[in-house]
This record gives sequence, structure tokens and C-alpha cells, in this order.
Amino acid sequence: MAVASHTATPRDPTAAYRVWNWFATTLKLMARNKIGFAGFLVVVAILLLAFIAPYFVAFDNTARVDQIYQPPSAAHPLGTDSEGRDVWVQIIHGGRDILTVGFLAAAITTVIAVTLGSLSAYLGGRVDTLLTWLADAFLSIPRIPLLAVLAGILQFNSQLALALIIGLLGWPTLMRAIRSQVLSLKERDYVEAARALDLSTSHIIFREIAPNMVGYIAINFTLAATEAIYASAGLIFLGLVPLSGSNWGVMINLAWTRGAIFFKDSIWYIMAPILMISLFQLGLVGLARSMSEIFDPRLRRGG
Amino acid sequence: MGVIQEQRTILEPNIGVVVLGYGRRVARHYLVHRLLRAFFTIFLVVSLSFFMFRLMPGSPVEVFIANLQTQYSMTFEEAQQQAASLFSIDLDAPVYLQYFDYLGNLAQGDLGSSLVSRGVPVSTLILRYLPWTLFSVGMGLVISFSVGVMLGMLMAYKRDTFLDYTLTTFASVTHSIPNYLLAIMLIVYLGVQWELLSIAKMRGSLSPGVKPGLTVPFIRDAFYHAALPILTYVLTTIGGWMLTMRSSTEATLGEDYVTVAKARGLPERRIATAYVGRNAALPLFTQLTIAIAFVVGGSFIIESIFVYQGLGLVLLNAINQRDYPVMQGVFLVLTSMVVLVNLFADLVYSRLDPRIRLGGGE
Repeated sequence: MAVASHTATPRDPTAAYRVWNWFATTLKLMARNKIGFAGFLVVVAILLLAFIAPYFVAFDNTARVDQIYQPPSAAHPLGTDSEGRDVWVQIIHGGRDILTVGFLAAAITTVIAVTLGSLSAYLGGRVDTLLTWLADAFLSIPRIPLLAVLAGILQFNSQLALALIIGLLGWPTLMRAIRSQVLSLKERDYVEAARALDLSTSHIIFREIAPNMVGYIAINFTLAATEAIYASAGLIFLGLVPLSGSNWGVMINLAWTRGAIFFKDSIWYIMAPILMISLFQLGLVGLARSMSEIFDPRLRRGG
Repeated sequence: MGVIQEQRTILEPNIGVVVLGYGRRVARHYLVHRLLRAFFTIFLVVSLSFFMFRLMPGSPVEVFIANLQTQYSMTFEEAQQQAASLFSIDLDAPVYLQYFDYLGNLAQGDLGSSLVSRGVPVSTLILRYLPWTLFSVGMGLVISFSVGVMLGMLMAYKRDTFLDYTLTTFASVTHSIPNYLLAIMLIVYLGVQWELLSIAKMRGSLSPGVKPGLTVPFIRDAFYHAALPILTYVLTTIGGWMLTMRSSTEATLGEDYVTVAKARGLPERRIATAYVGRNAALPLFTQLTIAIAFVVGGSFIIESIFVYQGLGLVLLNAINQRDYPVMQGVFLVLTSMVVLVNLFADLVYSRLDPRIRLGGGE
């Protein structure tokens, strides 16, 4: 009796315990790869800064002409900009839009890529040929000029439109990766079994194959997010997307177009948003690397 | 005995012919396959741009006609006529005829003429600025590929040393930073903070008064003005080559033929160049597609940042001024450039690695 209750606890854990256990294991595995873990911490820190911190720091956009290009001080941790506005406040409030667009676009890209890549590999034949040709063709089109031309014709006036168009154009690289993964997965026994049961193609792709490459999809989602942030920040920097509010891309654009970049004192103002975007990109790449170690046990031992 | 002899005489020529014919057919097939693919891509881009510029709701042609009507109080017919002559299209014809017309014009190199500088053919504009983009992007790609391959090999040979760690960190960091941010940082630090370079003087693609020609001052000046764009392309792409080459070399070093070469007592340097380097560099060719598209796409922003007079700058100005024929033309040329360089890289790759050529399509 006593023995039974003793063994019952780990065998029948509560949901919360299971989640915690999974979380702890994942963290432990992540901590093994130092660069990956550093990336993970940077990403979490920037996400907190961009999505939580704005609720605690009020947005103040009043120009103070007597305080232009102040060096960092207690009142202004990152100095002030060309109109005497606090850079730190702008940094805190400027992350949300750009990161939302990035992740939204990455989500759209991932959904398209997983669908097309799985279909292509699973169905094979003419569908496969057509889709790989399409992917190869789209891969040859330089993405930033295409986006810029589209922005010139369509006039993106919302973050959603920007995310949508970036997401719609990002699929080829990801699709090729997913396709090669499905090509190997589709020969497995459980897919054969599902086919023998006469389950539909969509069931086999989304219920049988996709769950078995969740890790792979997560890694590719992270990399797609870096691409999307690169594209959206680039378009905003060039001024091809109507500037609204204050985000890191707009900050760089203003510093650039108003010539602030050519003043020696503006270093804090111009470098703050550049470093935020660069750090986030670095963090995502590091995170993707540590994820590949977690999801691929063969890499784990190599450490 | 006699039977075997007989079989041989029958089989021998047949095998020879079959193998030769088969090999030739596949080689030709590979070439045809690649050419078809390149043609398909260009056709797709051409059609896509027809769709973007002509058929989309509120398309440039419609907007242009509406503008003429409101601004210059033209009648619809007059405005349509002017638009038709500027875009070199026949707006009364059915859409599929317009499409064929457009394809026919393109085949003759007629891209229409600029709206902003009236009457200047787009092809003239492109020919004027294309060489500078080709020069800077080409130099950037060649330098970053060759230096990256060498550094990657060095890293693999010195793996797990301080040098390896430093270079790996450098490669990962530069590889992840968006190229336009790196370009701005170059200006901020090299030009403004440390005052090492005069950014204003380095703008443009040539100093005033320098005549193009095969002279030393011209070449020196061309490199001087292209230095920062090239440096940006190199710094942002070299990391990818270094990391790929490092892992590829590591894998090659474990191959049997390398061990055999060592056992034969060949000099280390010869093994590194003739055995390891050649084989390890092969997988890098498959990455060229993405790298080329990335650099050409990036050149659009980089040229704007350094005010380098290339196609990217022309495209940005055209977008800002809503100069649609120029937008369309430059976009087509940029994409064709990527497709053609890819085709070239594929052909070189198939010469270097016969497995690709003989393996057929995939």
C-alpha cells in the first residue's frame, strides 16, 4: 500500500507538473549550448521589453529643443534624439510593431511552406515537379526589390498588409526544407499504416507527418522570423511603408533622413535601434541553433 | 568458347554505343533542363510584372490616366493615348493581345520610356547604371566567396583553437546582422565617429572629371567609390561561406581518400588544395542561388545608403517618383541578372561535379 502510493506520484503527475517538467528539461538541454542559451535569453529579454515594458513606461513624444543629443544620464538612460525626446522610451515603445509584423509574417510563411512542401513531397509526380519549379523560380527573384515594387504599387497602409505580403512571398526556402524532410518521413511505417486505413491526404499530412516534424518546423519558423524582420525593417527604413507611430525601423529612418547620423553626438540615438534589431536577429539565430540541438538527439551528445 | 567469343563480338559495340549515347543524352538533357528552368523563371517574372503593373486593381496605368485627366484636364481618350504611347501599349486591345504585345516588345528590348524624364528609353537608363551594379555586386560576391572558402578551411584545420572560436563568432555575428544596418554602422563609425573616411566624397560611382577607360586613375577611382558597398556585401555574406566551408571541410577530412593521400606521403599543402579543398567547396555551389539573390536584393538598399549610382538607386528613385516603366524595367533586369548568374553557376558546378550532370534532373 505504502509502496503503491510512493510510486503513484511520479507515474500520475498533474498537468502542471508535466508542463513544468517539460519546461525544466528543455531549459536544461538549452543551457548546454551556451551560444544558443544566450540567444534564448536575449530573445526573451527583448520580447519582455517590447511587449510588457510599454505598460510601465509612459510614451512621451514632446520635443525639448534645449535637450538635443544629450549623452546618457539618469534621466535619459540612452540619451535624447534630434528633438530632445528620450531614446529609451522610444526603444521600449518601438519594438511591438516590428516584432508583431515579423512573427505574423513568419507564421503565414510557415503555414504556406508546410502545406506546399508536404503536398509536394507526399504527392510527388507532376505536383512535385510544378511546385519545386515554382519554388526555384521564386527563389531567384530578389525579395527586397519585389517587396519594394509591390509597396510602390499597393501602398501598404497597415501592419497587417505588410505582414501578409512578406509572409506570402517568403515560402520558397522553407518549402524546400520541409519538402526534403517529408520525403524521408513519408516512408515511415505509421504513414504506410495511415495510407492502408485509407485516411485522407490532409489527415496524413497534418495529423501524421506534421506533428512528427514540429521541432523542424519550429526551427524554420524562427529563421523565417529573422527574414521577415529583415524585410520589414528594411522597407520601413527606406520609407516605402507609410511611417506610423514610433518603431525601431522608423527611428532609423528618421535619423537617416534628417541627417542625424552625420552628427558625432547622435551616436546613442542612431545605434540604439540598430543594436536592438541586430541583437534580436542574433538571438533568434542562436535560439534556432539550440533548438536544433534539442530536437535532434543525435546532435545532443556531440554538444 | 566459340559461343562466348560470338557473344562478345555482338555485345561489345552495342555497349559502347549505348553508354556513349546515354551519356550524351543525359548531358544534353541536363543542359536543356537548366535552360528550360531559367527560361521558365524569366517568363514567370515577366508575367508577374505584367500582372502587377497592368491588371491589379488601381494599376499604375489606370492611376496615370486618372492623374492626366485631373491634373491636365485631358479627356479620357487623350489621356489614354498619351499613356499608351508612354507605356508603349495599346489599351483598346483585349488583355491577352496586350500581353502578347508586351512580350513582343520585351523580346526586342523595348521596355517603354521613363515618365519622369520624359522620352528617355528605360533600356538606355538601365545600360547606363547596370555596369556599376554588376561591378560592385560581382566584386563583393567573388571576394567574399574566395576569402570565405579559405578562412573556412583554415578554421576546419585549426578547429577548437582560439582562432577557430574567434572566426566562428565573427562569422555568426556578421551573418545575422541585416546588411543595411551594417552599412549604416560603417558610416557611423568609419565616417563620423572615427573620421577615417570622407563619406561625402565616396558617394556616387565616379569622381567628377574622371573619364571611363582602362587607365589607372579610373580603376582606382572606381574601387574607391565602390569600396564601402563591396565591404558591406563581403562582411554580410562571408560568414555563411565560412561556416559552411568549415563543416564541409571537417566532413571531407574524414574521407578515405584523404587518409590514403596522407599515407602516400603527399605534402600537406597538396592534400589541402587538390584533395580536401576541391571536394569540400562543392556543396557551396548549391548555396549560390540564395546568396546571389540575397546580395542583388540587398544591393537595392545598400546602394541607396551609400548613394552609389547603380540599378538599386535607380529603382528606389523610380519607386519614390512612381516612375512605373522604370520600376518594371529595372525589376526585370535585376531578376534576370540573378537567373543568368545562377544558370552560369549551375553549368560550372556540373562541370566540376559530374555526379550532378549524370544524375539527371534532381
